[in-house]
Amino acid sequence: MTATDLSLPAPTVAAPGNRSAPGRPVRSRGWRLVGYAALVLAAAGLLLPFYWMVVASLKTNSDVFTIPITWLPDPVVWRNYIDIWQRSDMTTWLWNTLLLSVVVTLLQVVTGSFAAYGFARVRFPGRNALFLAYVGTIAVPWQSYMIPQFILMSKLQLSNTLWSIVAIQAFGAFGVFLMKQFYETIPEELSESARVDGLSEFGIYRRIMLPLSRPALASLALLTFVTTWNDYLGPLIYLRSPELRTIQLGLNTFISQYNAEYALIMTGSVLSVLPVAVIFLLGQRHFIEGIATTGLKG
Amino acid sequence: MATLPRTRPRNRRLVSRNTVAGWSFILPNFVGFAVLTLLPVAVLFYVAFTSWNVFGVAEWTGTANFRRMWGDASFWTALRNTVYYTVFHIPLTLAASLGLALLLNRKLRGVRFFRTVAFFPYITSIVAIAIVWNQLFSPEYGPINALLGAVGVDNAPGWTTSSTWSMPAVIIVGTWRYMGYYMLLFLAGLQTIPAQLYEAAETDGASPWQRFVHVTLPGLRHTTFFVTVLLTIESFKVFDLILVMTGGGPGQSTLVLSQYIYQKGFEENQFGYASAVSVVLFAICFTITVIQFMVNKRRNS
Repeated sequence: MTATDLSLPAPTVAAPGNRSAPGRPVRSRGWRLVGYAALVLAAAGLLLPFYWMVVASLKTNSDVFTIPITWLPDPVVWRNYIDIWQRSDMTTWLWNTLLLSVVVTLLQVVTGSFAAYGFARVRFPGRNALFLAYVGTIAVPWQSYMIPQFILMSKLQLSNTLWSIVAIQAFGAFGVFLMKQFYETIPEELSESARVDGLSEFGIYRRIMLPLSRPALASLALLTFVTTWNDYLGPLIYLRSPELRTIQLGLNTFISQYNAEYALIMTGSVLSVLPVAVIFLLGQRHFIEGIATTGLKG
Repeated sequence: MATLPRTRPRNRRLVSRNTVAGWSFILPNFVGFAVLTLLPVAVLFYVAFTSWNVFGVAEWTGTANFRRMWGDASFWTALRNTVYYTVFHIPLTLAASLGLALLLNRKLRGVRFFRTVAFFPYITSIVAIAIVWNQLFSPEYGPINALLGAVGVDNAPGWTTSSTWSMPAVIIVGTWRYMGYYMLLFLAGLQTIPAQLYEAAETDGASPWQRFVHVTLPGLRHTTFFVTVLLTIESFKVFDLILVMTGGGPGQSTLVLSQYIYQKGFEENQFGYASAVSVVLFAICFTITVIQFMVNKRRNS
């Protein structure tokens, strides 16, 4: 953005400050620098909150806010990372969240890829209308039907159980959508010839589609895991008992209890972000591909 | 859809076999989807016309909830604030994510690292994000106002403690969080623009700006459309970020529609009235999406 309007007509105009070199290479070197400067600035802005989070978690509480600001913890205090386990129910929160994320991810991947195969490869009357119902709900925010959903869930006796979160997260349209987009890139002839060889539809799904769609499955699994891990509103509405709290809910109650413990609050935040950060860094490629495939076709 | 049949009975058998197969694939997911999404959406339109409360005693009250909403100042405040957020969040995020995508679409060293950095806020939980930004925005001791002071701003804003500045603060954080996500969509879109187009434009002597306007923007039309649809829905439903960051305050300065639904429904147990407000949220998102699709269709033809 910043770089686009710098040089207008002739290449030589772009870098007037530089010694008179033959236009092009200089211009591109100048551009490169501008590009890098913009990138570094953007990255600094994007990362500042994370830097603050980590640094504050390693300070004593009174060192978090100082004038002038101290950008490095001095001394480095590791105590916060021990104290937090004693002052909060971190273990319970993390365990609940892990359990939920794993179960939701498994269900979403299995049912989502299964349904996507039905939509992508089996032709039957009413299929397109049904798929439209799935796609249509992407334009409907969850916030607009959370009330009737809660009423229903209470009738089913599911509210205030971990099952409620499994139920609201595991059957989303997103997984079906993502997997269908992917299946449609697999050549039809593959399943056609398998059909001629007498393989059942389930056999085709199992033996051909599943092995081929491993990268898409990984994308879906990672995205679902992270969404469930980070979900705050679902647990806020459904999980009332303290022993059911997830990490997001727990962290927020912790803040309201100890609102002046700035360093400790940051420690909790780091711990809540860490697992997701590790998973993201390991499976980055899959994240990015997953989003690009669902986003591209619209 | 199915290829035309030669022999009728065989075809009918095929259709029924496929119907059974198709449904058995879809069913496991569909049961959950129908019960937890489709059914609630349908029920919403019933509850909105009743005086439903926690005890489940529902009485049909016709349009009473909607008439009450018409005269409810808090509802209008929430609606106004939601529009405020949307009107700034959409263009800011569009510009920031497109700018990032253009920057990162070049062959520079370290581009992959920067992409990761840009995407990171999107995968971080709202709670952690809201807490950190609240510390950064701290009016007296926070680094943001320290930075502003360093560049000579005397009356640095009170951010989340001031009713004028709390919404801008929320908008900044919202944009910061989502721009990496939309950047990815733009990057994918940029990759579909053929390089020959740029080369041709360059031989014709087009300036970088002209290339951006005449090659890049038209090439990204579909992506921009899709991003705008997603952004609109995302802005209108904004909730958890505000709930944790400001709680809707100070006063009602950041109260948004979703939060008002939550307050009425889960804090005051007025499910009927909360559902009526939900219908408004639903209608807004639905209408805007339909309009966007229609406009896009007309522009394409």
